[in-house]
Amino acid sequence: MSERDDILARVREALTVPAPMPGHDHDTGPRALVLPSMADQRRVLPAVGQSFDEQAALFRRKAVELHADFRLVKDVAAMAAELKAICAAEKWQRAASHAGELTGAACRALGLPILLTDQAFDKRELARCDVGISDCDALVAQTGSVVVTSRSAGGRALSVLPPHHVVVARREQLLPDLPAAFAFLRSKYGADYPSMISFITGPSRTGDIERILVLGAHGPKKLTILCV
Amino acid sequence: MTEPAVQFKHDARRLSADLRHRQIILTAMGNYEVARDQRKGAFQDWQSARQMAAETKWDAINHLDRHLEQLVRNLEARGTKVHWAATDQQARDIILGILRAKKARIIVKSKAMTSEEIHLNEAMEQAGYEVVESDLGEFIVQLREEPPYHIVFPAMHLTRDDIKDVFQRKLGDAPSNNPEELTMVARRVLREKYLQADVGITGANFAIAETGMLSITENEGNARLTAALSRTMITLLGIEKVLPRLEDLALFLPMLAAMGTGQAITCYNTLYGGPRQPGESDGPGEYHVVLLDNHRTALLADAEQRDSLHCIRCGACLNACPIFRNVGGHTYGTTYCGPIGAVITPNLRGLNEWRHLSYASSLCGACTETCPVKINLHHHLLQNRRNASRRRPSWWQRIAFQVFAPVANKPALWALVTRMGRLGQKAHSLVKGGRLDPAYAWTKTRDLPPVAKQSFKEWWRARR
Repeated sequence: MSERDDILARVREALTVPAPMPGHDHDTGPRALVLPSMADQRRVLPAVGQSFDEQAALFRRKAVELHADFRLVKDVAAMAAELKAICAAEKWQRAASHAGELTGAACRALGLPILLTDQAFDKRELARCDVGISDCDALVAQTGSVVVTSRSAGGRALSVLPPHHVVVARREQLLPDLPAAFAFLRSKYGADYPSMISFITGPSRTGDIERILVLGAHGPKKLTILCV
Repeated sequence: MTEPAVQFKHDARRLSADLRHRQIILTAMGNYEVARDQRKGAFQDWQSARQMAAETKWDAINHLDRHLEQLVRNLEARGTKVHWAATDQQARDIILGILRAKKARIIVKSKAMTSEEIHLNEAMEQAGYEVVESDLGEFIVQLREEPPYHIVFPAMHLTRDDIKDVFQRKLGDAPSNNPEELTMVARRVLREKYLQADVGITGANFAIAETGMLSITENEGNARLTAALSRTMITLLGIEKVLPRLEDLALFLPMLAAMGTGQAITCYNTLYGGPRQPGESDGPGEYHVVLLDNHRTALLADAEQRDSLHCIRCGACLNACPIFRNVGGHTYGTTYCGPIGAVITPNLRGLNEWRHLSYASSLCGACTETCPVKINLHHHLLQNRRNASRRRPSWWQRIAFQVFAPVANKPALWALVTRMGRLGQKAHSLVKGGRLDPAYAWTKTRDLPPVAKQSFKEWWRARR
């Protein structure tokens, strides 16, 4: 018998004896357990406002808390101008990005040599870039998170290897909460998920030395979110 | 006493009197508690969230066979190679086999308690591979050649000066004791390792059966880099990590962060569903998932304690436990320490050898109260005591209860013994706490309240 069959047989054998339900110590009777619905989750998770303005304000508060830089800009031209200002202030020499409507506009505005990571690339060259500019799948107001995937945000390394990660997003991409984010991922990719989906919440951090917060442990030291 | 029990007693005695250790732990815990309570408070209904999480995990564990089959089917459909390991030896052999086949030299690891459980690093190093822990805390304890102190904060017991010393000694690079500068030293050293790594090894926090994905929670980005830059990726996880549905994470990610580190959600929460897919430009060409049993099915067979497999390894019960806070993580001598470790270790590694852990508890119930998935921790400690003495009864306990039972059952005898107790206690005070004291082991650190001058019965009779 293979290990797989062996382990599964032991699991089935073990489960012939029922266990009490949580919070019902002596009740092992056959009671249908219904997994929590989206409405159930929303009833217990931290509250989020209904309107776009409330959600954008919440995202901004979360970004401040997380040491991320969130800017709501009025159009693509304004986004390009913000980006050029950051580029000049930080003296970027090399940038990395991937093909996309917003990333395209961002890269043209910079006028720097751009390493594209949605085609074959050298990871050492990406490590030498000052900034990685990527699209995202969604922004989550409840937690201040950015959702990226290997398919829509230039692969796995772009959003984590360069020291500064710039996310370009559209207002429509702002979702209220985590249940909405998972529902969105299901509707967008349900038939064929990308190999990596990541919720990025602020720049990389650690508290492993005396529980003191240090940004840029291994991933980016800075996270900028430009929302058009 | 068994060898682990002797070691436990020795270390517990030393550390509970170590004021420096106590100061470090209390400072860290104080900061954690403030953040944790703030995050719990942000939930609209934390107690209902716990009940939902407990029920979701109940479903996952009580239909484990179905969920595992679904998980594996979905992983395999997208090109992941799934391996099953019944024992720690098998898991090590599987992973060493992959390393040999890939002709690997440098292995980068992100934090995985399962790899501590099977002593993977030692096995890989003995086989001649260079193994680098990439989580900062794990990297520090690896340099110090010691096991992690805590399942979430591996280097919690060290000060910045301790860390500067080990960096100076092992890396020859420690500009100061400033946490930021020390972190940047580790960043520089590890960055080069990610780029060189042939194989990356990770653990997992959750395995989503419905979509065939492994979810990894972290703050530093080390697991992200491991999973992005290695040519081959291996994830090692216990079979109990399953969750039924993708959307269950909407509850579990913020709950794990609140209780684990006092965050609303950790910095990176990433789902991996396979190796690089067609049309993707980077990521490992091969993805291996190793599912580990290592006595988990034995724990599953104990319906009474099955809920200890609900554990999401947030570490909240360690932080809440007065015993853990006094004796520290290393004293347990186990992979999993604190209340959850005291519950599962006797079941995973031998009830009699580890029975002393069931007594490393004041039974205050703080662990049960804080657990986000409602594991009945302090009752399980009592059940372990019962099971251990059923299997190997203690002769002196049996004699003690044989004497106690008839005395307690006969009011006249009981009255006589209490009266003798009053006299006995006066005599005892002459030797109390000294070497002549027959109850020295108990009395040297404890006071016995004086036996009342008058029993309730006597008082009642005198009143009337």
